[in-house]
Amino acid sequence: MADTILLNNISKNYGEIIALNQISLQVGKGELFGLIGPDGAGKSTLFRILTTLLLADSGQALVEGLDVVKDYRKIRRIMGYMPGRFSLYQDLTVRENLEFFAAVFGTTISEQYPLIREIYEQIEPFNGRRAGKLSGGMKQKLALCCALIHNPVVLFLDEPTTGVDAVSRQEFWEMLMRLKGRGITILVSTPYMDEAVLCQRVALIQHGKILSVDTPEGIIQAYRKPIWKLVSGESYQLLKYLRSLQITDTCYPFGDSLHLTLKQGFQDKQALMELLGEHFRDGYQLEEMKPGIEDCFMELMEKEG
Amino acid sequence: MEQAIITRELTKEFGDFTAVDHLSFEVGQGEIFGFLGANGAGKTTAMRMLCGLLLPSSGEATVAGFDIFKQRELVKRHIGYMSQRFSLYEDLTIRENIRFYGGIYGINRSLIRSKMDALIHELNLEPMANKLVRDLPLGWKQRLAFSIAQLHDPRIVFLDEPTGGVDPITRRRFWEMIYESAARGVTMFVTTHYMDEAEYCNRVSIMVDGRIRELDTPANLKKKHRAANMNEVFLQLARDISTSN
Repeated sequence: MADTILLNNISKNYGEIIALNQISLQVGKGELFGLIGPDGAGKSTLFRILTTLLLADSGQALVEGLDVVKDYRKIRRIMGYMPGRFSLYQDLTVRENLEFFAAVFGTTISEQYPLIREIYEQIEPFNGRRAGKLSGGMKQKLALCCALIHNPVVLFLDEPTTGVDAVSRQEFWEMLMRLKGRGITILVSTPYMDEAVLCQRVALIQHGKILSVDTPEGIIQAYRKPIWKLVSGESYQLLKYLRSLQITDTCYPFGDSLHLTLKQGFQDKQALMELLGEHFRDGYQLEEMKPGIEDCFMELMEKEG
Repeated sequence: MEQAIITRELTKEFGDFTAVDHLSFEVGQGEIFGFLGANGAGKTTAMRMLCGLLLPSSGEATVAGFDIFKQRELVKRHIGYMSQRFSLYEDLTIRENIRFYGGIYGINRSLIRSKMDALIHELNLEPMANKLVRDLPLGWKQRLAFSIAQLHDPRIVFLDEPTGGVDPITRRRFWEMIYESAARGVTMFVTTHYMDEAEYCNRVSIMVDGRIRELDTPANLKKKHRAANMNEVFLQLARDISTSN
């Protein structure tokens, strides 16, 4: 499979701050690839390098076989980019923004209509509204339309769902799935760990380093320790108690339950239940569980220290 | 028990648009209250009124015992506020930020000094105390911002998406600080887009189109909507409305 994106030992520092530390990565043609990591992990820097807006200190980056330094003009013609911060013209209307970006790339809305239709239809009723006056979810849809207007082969989406409510987030991912169906390669970043499972492959990234690259299922399978899920009515007390135990390795709240791992050699469910029973007479449930991406990310973070 | 927030038919209109539509609810002292809703549901407008920043159109409400119509300055002085977007001054040091906010809240100098030392010690920030906030890792910044929001011992703290973009371990540490403050009796009024965090709240409200559609404990809401988690509850309610529009 041909790689649409190829990164080879890319590093970037801002003064003393290491933003990217020897990043190597391949994204295949037509792949929906996720960069998962918190603020400050280096995701936006990576996007800026790939979109030819920022020079790396060292290493090589190719997009569709084109070098981000030498061939930047060609890359700009074949890529769509949605930066993390809303970057359309706030004082132009929805329609004007779209026309502007179409004109810049020498195309028209009608020419590209089939590609953007599904997304554009949702904001078309607001054609005359200024972009600055749109709600968060609408801005996002307009930005995606503008990034698509020249029919790019690769889309770079930097945190498109940050600060967006759960409903709009889900709708946005449904749109990405459809674009993927059209064969567009998509590199998307997100701080929401639950979105990782929607990607074909993901890179977990923290402090400018890649912690792991795999399919979501592969990342989950690489988690070797048994992990226990506890549900009780008094989570916070239970959390504090479990943290105080010698046998506890990690214990974190996850929604209405706690996820617990034990130190090596202490994997006896019976012993744990006895220990808990002494302190928590009220009903609690304890069961071994399959870890999620967030468990994996946290484990990898702790390994890195 | 004295309530930290009481609203009756609280309403805000902008022209012919009703952003907040007859909101009536109460939040108890020491409660962790999740204030949820889709973008544009009216959360920010409601929160600005409760913080004394925006005059309501009608209804009534008290926050920390003060009237949000007539005693807005007193409201501001008796609440804490922290958001991911705005909290600390990046180009001031940790000490300078503490001194600055202490001054804003009208705390006298000697008290600021003793609170500053205690706070820096509590957060293990001694080696960083004279560094610019800009140079602190995000997680530390948030913990500092959270503590500074309580420098003047408010009875209630408004947390507006406090954990956006933070790594999963730091996000959980932050929630432990929320629990500790609540256990000391400080009311925590929290907005978030992370639905797993909604589960950490004692009660949550879900706003849709300017009104509170649901208000209950996460467990009761899940039971009522036959949902496995709060994300499903939220999607059911918010999607329901967005398709009926």
